[in-house]
Amino acid sequence: MDEITNLLGGFAVALTLPNLGYMLIGITLGVLIGVLPGLGGANGVAILLPLTFSMNPTSAIIMLSCIYWGALFGGAITSILFNIPGEPWSVATTFDGFPMAQQGRAAQALTTAFTSSFVGALIAVMLITFLAPLLAKFALKFGPAEMFGVQFLTFCSFVGMSKEPPMKTLAAMLLGFALATVGMDTITGTLRMTYGTQVLLKGFDFLIAVIGLFGIGEILLTMEEGLAFKCQSAKINPKVVWQTWIQLLKHWKTFLRATAIGCWMGITPGGATPASFMSYGMARRLSKDPDSFGKGAIEGVVAPETAAHAAGTSALLPMLTLGIPGSPTAAVLLGGLLIWGLQPGPLLFVEQKDFVWGLIASMYLGNIVGLLVVLTTVPWWAAILRIPFSVIAPVIIVVCAIGAYTVHSAMFDVVMMLVFGLFGYLFKKLKYPLAPLVLALVLGDMAETNFRQSMLSSQGSLSIFWSGGLVGTLMTLSLVLLLWPLLSKLLQSRAKPAQA
Amino acid sequence: MPDTPEKDSPALATRWPELIVAGTLLLLAVLVIIDSVRVGQGWADDGPKAGYFPFYIGIGLAAVSLALIAGQLRQWKQDERVFVQREEAAGVIAVAWPMVVFVVLIWPLGIYVASVILIFFFMRRHGHFAWWLCGAVAVGVPVMLFLVFERWFSVPLPKGPLEALFGY
Repeated sequence: MDEITNLLGGFAVALTLPNLGYMLIGITLGVLIGVLPGLGGANGVAILLPLTFSMNPTSAIIMLSCIYWGALFGGAITSILFNIPGEPWSVATTFDGFPMAQQGRAAQALTTAFTSSFVGALIAVMLITFLAPLLAKFALKFGPAEMFGVQFLTFCSFVGMSKEPPMKTLAAMLLGFALATVGMDTITGTLRMTYGTQVLLKGFDFLIAVIGLFGIGEILLTMEEGLAFKCQSAKINPKVVWQTWIQLLKHWKTFLRATAIGCWMGITPGGATPASFMSYGMARRLSKDPDSFGKGAIEGVVAPETAAHAAGTSALLPMLTLGIPGSPTAAVLLGGLLIWGLQPGPLLFVEQKDFVWGLIASMYLGNIVGLLVVLTTVPWWAAILRIPFSVIAPVIIVVCAIGAYTVHSAMFDVVMMLVFGLFGYLFKKLKYPLAPLVLALVLGDMAETNFRQSMLSSQGSLSIFWSGGLVGTLMTLSLVLLLWPLLSKLLQSRAKPAQA
Repeated sequence: MPDTPEKDSPALATRWPELIVAGTLLLLAVLVIIDSVRVGQGWADDGPKAGYFPFYIGIGLAAVSLALIAGQLRQWKQDERVFVQREEAAGVIAVAWPMVVFVVLIWPLGIYVASVILIFFFMRRHGHFAWWLCGAVAVGVPVMLFLVFERWFSVPLPKGPLEALFGY
């Protein structure tokens, strides 16, 4: 069992005093980000990324990933107490979490949410521990064509699985690719799409896009909705926690189902948000008492929270092993790896053992620390939410501007942040999905390089993508997913006359 | 948010923003295609030229945005969805313009002084807090940020005449 030895080595790295300190800071900042409207996992990590430039990579990734765990935990607090999802993936938690709080069961709902998050994440981390090294070993044999195949599959699965209209998903994705090509071409050194301007030489950094799309866009949306906080009081005592835990044991099936959905959606880049909705829907359909859902059913909190956390965690699996992030936040972490001079992908497991296993060990520890922190500090976070939005909004705008500026120390980026913010607002209102845009912007260069290298070796013939069993399967599967919206329509229209 | 327009709050229909966004995407696609052709979208001796990949991305984006525009025009009359109510739009604009002014002010004043102005304005205008409270928060937050970024993590941010006065 190599993994166990490696993992123990990882614990030795993660369990040093400074790293535990960074973990605690990360979790606290993360919960804060998760609780505040307008700041989320992806842009929160993006804004704090510059602070880690001077840290050593292992401590830096531990702190950043803990911010991520914290944000995942924090989203549940606002959903349950205020009926305001702090994060998109906790929208489904409001359906039953808020009714529970209204009935005076806020403590029970919070304990349920935190415990579910913890269980979902823990199982996903175990999956990473044992699956990641295998996948990395397997991926070492990949050539450019196979890598492109995996990337192609990533993007096609967005079109096939997204809730948004497929055409808009495609448009958002292609826009991301187009923005990624701006600047210097990495292979030939040619300048592209700069139209003679100096500022575009460096291209569009996806961190700016993330801060603008998710941060500024979110503030505009929140302003539109006009915030009216109606807080339910919350105090958690050990007795309630214990009773809730005993009650939760009865719902082990819901836990398992939600974790399976979450892990699947996290590895294929569905992301935490669709995972939580899918899991909620599944739990209601399979429940003995579907009518209790929406009125404060405990399973209605278990299902989305477990799935969201499992998805959020397992999104790191393809990021570490293949260099392909499963969610926008994973994409930001990937950007961090590149900045610290680490090339994500299968070689990471060979060359940077300490780093990889330190990170995996910190996932176990981070979630334990996270659970303890949120269980003990809930009243404090609820108090922060009573600060009016007219105070929080300008502070978030300032923090976003600082985050955007520090990426390249350029004012142009701050202006671009506003432009992306406007687009983020419009895109969200018009139901263009943001995640494919961000991922295409991150992976654009990599996908292009792989594509061109494959084309080079095949002298420009597309047949290289069907030259081997593996790459052929990947490409065929991708095309099926890409055309899925069309196929399912065809199938439905065939089925209808048959029924009639 | 109700999907039907209310009498006292005239609304902006979704069809216009839909068309504008799809149109912008089409424009960007055309820009990408033009420049890809300029750097060469074909095949050189040593493999695909720099414009090869973006060219097809541009074509794809153009096709998709054209399809979106066509789809919108086809259901132009039936599409009664509401984009924003007037009062909602007012809320968005109320936060959007101070944001732009804030970014413009960073150039002459530096980010810290601009932040003081933004926070003070926001709290006073939208929160109706007392002068002293607005002042305390508006000065306190940037000072804290200054300590975190310039002192502890040594990340330099844009500074103006005021910071120069203190020797930064």
